[in-house]
Amino acid sequence: MHAEKPKHDFEPKIIAFVCTWCTYAGADLAGTSRMQYPSNVRVLKFPCTGRIDPVFILKAFQQGADGVLVSGCHPGDCHYIAGNFHARRRFAAFRKLLEFIGVDLNRLQFSWVSAAEGGKWVEVVTDLTEKVRAMGPMTEFKELALEEQWSGKIDTPELKEAYNQI
Amino acid sequence: MSRIGVFICHCGENISRTVDVERVAAQIGKLPGVAFSTDYKYMCSDPGQNLLKKAIQEQKLSHVVVAACSPRMHEKTFRKAVEAAGLNPFLCEMANIREHCSWVHENKEEATVKAIEIVGMMVERVKKNRVLPSITVPITKRSLVIGGGIAGIQAALDIADCGHEVILVEREPSIGGHMAQLSETFPTLDCSQCIMTPKMVDVANHPKIKLYTYSEIELVEGYIGNFQVTIKKRARSVDEDKCTGCGVCMTKCPQKKIPNKFDMNIGMRTAIYVPFPQAVPNTPVIDRDNCTKFKTGKCGVCQKVCGPGAVDFEQEDQLIVEAVGAIVVATGFDLYSIAEKPKGSPIKGYGEFGHGKIPDVIDGMTFERLASASGPTGGKILRPSDGKEPKQIVFIQCIGSRAREKGISYCSKVCCMYTAKHTMLYHHKVHDGQAYVFFMDARTPGKSYDEFWRRSIEEEEAVYIRGMVSRLYQKGDKIVVMGSDIAVGVQVEIEADMVVLATAIQPQKGADSLAQKLGISYDKYHFYSEAHAKLRPVECATAGIYLAGACQGPKDIPETVSQASAAAAKVMTLFSKDQLEREPIVARVREAGCVGCFACKKVCAYGAVEEKEIRDRQGNLIKVVAYVNPGVCGGCGTCQATCPSKSVELDGYTDEQIVAMIEAL
Repeated sequence: MHAEKPKHDFEPKIIAFVCTWCTYAGADLAGTSRMQYPSNVRVLKFPCTGRIDPVFILKAFQQGADGVLVSGCHPGDCHYIAGNFHARRRFAAFRKLLEFIGVDLNRLQFSWVSAAEGGKWVEVVTDLTEKVRAMGPMTEFKELALEEQWSGKIDTPELKEAYNQI
Repeated sequence: MSRIGVFICHCGENISRTVDVERVAAQIGKLPGVAFSTDYKYMCSDPGQNLLKKAIQEQKLSHVVVAACSPRMHEKTFRKAVEAAGLNPFLCEMANIREHCSWVHENKEEATVKAIEIVGMMVERVKKNRVLPSITVPITKRSLVIGGGIAGIQAALDIADCGHEVILVEREPSIGGHMAQLSETFPTLDCSQCIMTPKMVDVANHPKIKLYTYSEIELVEGYIGNFQVTIKKRARSVDEDKCTGCGVCMTKCPQKKIPNKFDMNIGMRTAIYVPFPQAVPNTPVIDRDNCTKFKTGKCGVCQKVCGPGAVDFEQEDQLIVEAVGAIVVATGFDLYSIAEKPKGSPIKGYGEFGHGKIPDVIDGMTFERLASASGPTGGKILRPSDGKEPKQIVFIQCIGSRAREKGISYCSKVCCMYTAKHTMLYHHKVHDGQAYVFFMDARTPGKSYDEFWRRSIEEEEAVYIRGMVSRLYQKGDKIVVMGSDIAVGVQVEIEADMVVLATAIQPQKGADSLAQKLGISYDKYHFYSEAHAKLRPVECATAGIYLAGACQGPKDIPETVSQASAAAAKVMTLFSKDQLEREPIVARVREAGCVGCFACKKVCAYGAVEEKEIRDRQGNLIKVVAYVNPGVCGGCGTCQATCPSKSVELDGYTDEQIVAMIEAL
């Protein structure tokens, strides 16, 4: 019999953006090898990490994701020659931006998982799930959404001055 | 309103054991847009597929989601079934509830909830799927082979034997390449000329092969199936149609002391010459840099003695445009020369081992010419300095190769074998001589290779010393070679008459500029890169361009020939159809939004993005936008993620589809 799983108060929602050639296949391998990992992750398949627009990550957080994973082929193994290099560069810059707007970078993870690394996929997903579980729900965007209920009036002197200068 | 059909597979018990499939089907059936939702034991089986087809027709379904195994497994199966039922195959998506759900979770409740979410996500996605017509590209069934060495010759003959026209372009005046320079070949010691020249003649006589020698690639335009290649045919100064190849011009030419590159500059040639007697075509070339007529305007002896009147001093370079559908690159190798440091070379270590300073320190290819029966010495091993027979000869391996600190970290692969061969050839020709070899490791993988190497030691008495040479200097007419024998742990000093350096194999000079013309990638040494090191070793990432021989990496002759035939087979696979059909997962530009910044062009690894001019009815230029050539696009979507104005979309993975999936969560 399986051991009874510990009950948690909070089940985080994890979204994984993966490339079809390496990480998706790695996740398939984890399945065919009957490895076990938390059921919190939802996988979105892309042809290449190069296709992943940073906007999708923001969108995922906005839709209530508590953690986001982006994973593709190891550098040099890209099925499309160099897509993962473009992704790496793009996300290096994007992380800075996220940090600037106040998102805890621990919620966002980038990794390389090859088609042969079913075990690594399990490790990455489990680690991120547990890490995010410990951090609690992502609230930053919800708070922002509340602030968006702004009246639209220019009611502070700074804003007025800025408006008049335009 | 879409009428989506959802089919949940039990996969025997593989899915239904941990996922309550009936509950999933019932839940999904409630989603807006879902017209039909059911579960079945084996969706991929014949009855399962029939169920799918029947439902599409009876329920008039507009989209299909099959929740089963990984799309990597059965996406093709279900898309085919959907197509058979009259729907566009790209209106079918798979939800992976086996590998990503039932197999990795034990808790039935958790797995069922996750399965419902996964299927729900795919339902939202499929709503945004569009009909994608398959893309066809016409194919010009002619091919271009660049390089007339053994790789190019083999590829050209194989393609031509299949009945397709081949254009073979060679930079030198004759085809044959480096293999024509070799004396004998390992591991069988058959004479290179004897096996090479019949193939060269076959090329010359083949009705399907058009040969351009003394020619270079000037420009390559187009894409797979439709390349336009501009070839620069340099002025030979001899009319190929009139010349009979009698050779009188060469015997009468007064310029007789020009070092012959083919003989590694040991032998001499005239200003009007063929590089070697078996040259194909057997039409001489005038070396304009060394010809008295071209230098001073006087002479013209060759023209006077030429019976058919073939010598033409007025001839000019020609540009020829050819249309081809596939390109085989077989430009071969060059030897690392440590004698002279080329301008701007990042490689250190020039002038070592007295190369270029001590005349009797030669490289492996020079030794081949000395040992060749048709070489400058008629096959006698003689010292270049005084023509004496060397009685003690030292071979030093890995000159340049495997020397990270010098700038070349790779193994040149053939030197261990050819040095073993050299010791044998030397022993056959100089019976009382002694050969020594300084080596790091003997690398002899290959059929009958290790046996051959052992023979050089056990039967042909070569002495192998494991260790490198530290110093080498001229002493009288001897060359003192100082090295270490690390197996015994002693210093060795040999007074040699001649030293042969096994210099590294490098790509041809100008390999990088050719790669830029072709739009193919190359590594830091300028060896061309294959699409996949293991599974696509003869194709370039650029569709329609294939690689053969040492231009891709150091190779011996058997490997080169196999790769050339493999490249030819790839070309024939391409030519086996009249139209090239490809998966329509390609990027498409929305011209209205495109501002022409060409960020997409910079990130495209395939060179698929072109510039397109938009003009009004009067022909005035409105703007320049990006255009993705569907024949070339690889379908990675990097352009879409890069585009600042979101004006390029990858069919099958549009923003709409992906956002719909995220929103479904």
